[in-house]
Amino acid sequence: MSDPGAVQKPQPLAVQEAEVIAVRKGMFPNSGGGDTSGYGRLVRRIELPGQSPRPYGGYFDEVENELFGALDEQGLAPELAIERVVLYRDQLTFQVRREHWVQVARTLRDDPALRFELCLGVSGVHFPQEAGHELHAAVPLMSITHNRRIQLETTCPDADPHIPSLYGVYPAVDWHERETWDMFGIVFDGHPALTRILMPDDWPGHPQRKDYPLGGIPVEFKGAQIPAPDQRRAYQ
Amino acid sequence: MTVQVERTADDMSDAGSSAPGAEELHGDPYGTGEDAHEGRVFTITGGDWDEIADSLGEAPEERIVVNMGPQHPSTHGVLRLILELEGETVTETRVGIGYLHTGIEKNLEFRNWTQGTTFVTRMDYLTPFFQETAYCLAVEKLLGVEEQVPDRASVIRVMLMELNRISSHLVCIATGGMEMGALSAMIFGFRERELVLDIFEMITGLRMNHAYIRPGGLAQDLPPGAVDKVREFLALMPKRMKDIEALCNENAIFKGRTQGVGHLDLTGCMALGITGPILRSTGLPHDLRKSQPYCGYETYDFDVCTWDTADAYGRYRLRMDECYQSLKIVEQCLDKLKPGPVMVEDKKIAWPAQLALGGDGMGNSLDHIRHIMGESMEALIHHFKLVTEGFHVPPGQVYVAVESAKGELGCHVVSDGGTRPYRVHFRDPSFNNLQAAAAMCEGSMVADVIVAVASIDPVMGGVDR
Repeated sequence: MSDPGAVQKPQPLAVQEAEVIAVRKGMFPNSGGGDTSGYGRLVRRIELPGQSPRPYGGYFDEVENELFGALDEQGLAPELAIERVVLYRDQLTFQVRREHWVQVARTLRDDPALRFELCLGVSGVHFPQEAGHELHAAVPLMSITHNRRIQLETTCPDADPHIPSLYGVYPAVDWHERETWDMFGIVFDGHPALTRILMPDDWPGHPQRKDYPLGGIPVEFKGAQIPAPDQRRAYQ
Repeated sequence: MTVQVERTADDMSDAGSSAPGAEELHGDPYGTGEDAHEGRVFTITGGDWDEIADSLGEAPEERIVVNMGPQHPSTHGVLRLILELEGETVTETRVGIGYLHTGIEKNLEFRNWTQGTTFVTRMDYLTPFFQETAYCLAVEKLLGVEEQVPDRASVIRVMLMELNRISSHLVCIATGGMEMGALSAMIFGFRERELVLDIFEMITGLRMNHAYIRPGGLAQDLPPGAVDKVREFLALMPKRMKDIEALCNENAIFKGRTQGVGHLDLTGCMALGITGPILRSTGLPHDLRKSQPYCGYETYDFDVCTWDTADAYGRYRLRMDECYQSLKIVEQCLDKLKPGPVMVEDKKIAWPAQLALGGDGMGNSLDHIRHIMGESMEALIHHFKLVTEGFHVPPGQVYVAVESAKGELGCHVVSDGGTRPYRVHFRDPSFNNLQAAAAMCEGSMVADVIVAVASIDPVMGGVDR
């Protein structure tokens, strides 16, 4: 971690806003010409759900209380470690600051009241417009003991794509972290052998990032040219 | 390419920005032909055995590195195993995957939400309905319409998934048997699977790659005669399964080859995130259909099968037991089938056209064509908008898991509010479970590697996606 001092002023949970992942204008992307549709001045902010109000309902409140209590016991202020807690579509996601990523995961695994013993992989997401948090990594956890499910999420900037590896806590993430490195270029510090897994060893770039083109060639069908999938007109 | 399969983390820290230069690639001894001077040449396989032998250091004549696969009939498709042997004993196993990577997850981001099922069904090609269901459940959850999916659609989804579980397990047993030399098991397994595929073909039109389950419901209702065909299958299948059991269950050679092979206990399974038959063969009755039901599984009467030997034989017996439970569920599905719609009411989501059989084969129903072309301009606009543009899904992310034939199949879907997925990630059970290959194989004989990998039941289409 090259910048451990980044979190000196944690904000209280309640005032944090939703993540804005994009701001869109008009109805069609890349409208190079004039505004013939009349929708060109339409501006929309695309937001992911933000901090949810308590109580969350179900077992989620208990999980949060136990986790915050356990982190307190270890001398780590919960609001320092956890940026926000999002309840969306009956699923609870803890957005963890990457500095405390491993400690939060270890607590979730080891605390008898939590016991999230099963880790179900890592899924990267790239939000190029979210400055300072371009790369996300989401980790679903499951507790077979208590029959519960939560998600952890952390972010890192594109300029410093480092996240501590969860390999020491959940060996199951071995291949999943390699896949996320391969596809997104997130470096998982502490992973024993972070090599490409799906792409060839000497492949340039990270294919799942949004700035990596899909590729493809135009197809001719009955005399008409159909452009490659990433060149076709898209709707928003 | 060298035998260096794993680099250290230090190597990677500066590799983030380093695309290999052109001269670096052209300096490759395997890429110096005429073609190599045009474009970029990638070499992903091969290697010089002299270099490998030299790198082994002392007593190389006793330690051999064997490259098994990726084109080896008993590695379940393009799986590459790199085995280090001392005599006949495997001392180190490394798994090389990625040979069947087709960029399905990337492609999904360039098609609309409904077209996504066409891609996900091709991931693990032996369990297409599980991917379709997981994807559709995730999209429906993001849309907030899970409650509106008609009962009939859910019942048919469950029926297809359970039939699919049988066909997947049969392939596992068939190919697993074949790899040990039990060709009769292979013939029986594939013959019985054909019965299931006939049902799929009748219902969806295709033997695999169905794209039949769609966000909001199903592509179309069951065709006439489908229920009778499934009933016939239910009557026939127990007898056919007894054939396989009579052949294998107490077969001395079969037991000799599988008992105690590929052992992985509960601790190992938990650490490696293993789910499905491998986990249940350790005795833990963990099954998402029971613990976190979806598609109405809580209303079906079935048992979670377990076994306590945690070896390849136990996994075989467990899969056979699960097939019986699946037959039981399919039977209940047929009883639960009530007439009704198979797609959500919401016209902003539901696909406007239905398929019908015409003079020149299956196509859009003529009634619908007449309606949009001759009767209603609004219907035409609606059809055009929904088919070309698709529907919008509110921004957010969900993770939905189903119990596939091979373990927990998870689907992480992120939407940015558009008509296309922003990101879809599949947590394929084979991908995760293959990590156990080393733990299962090291210390055993070479011949047991085949049995252990077969008992994991990896399908490379799902592993590499």
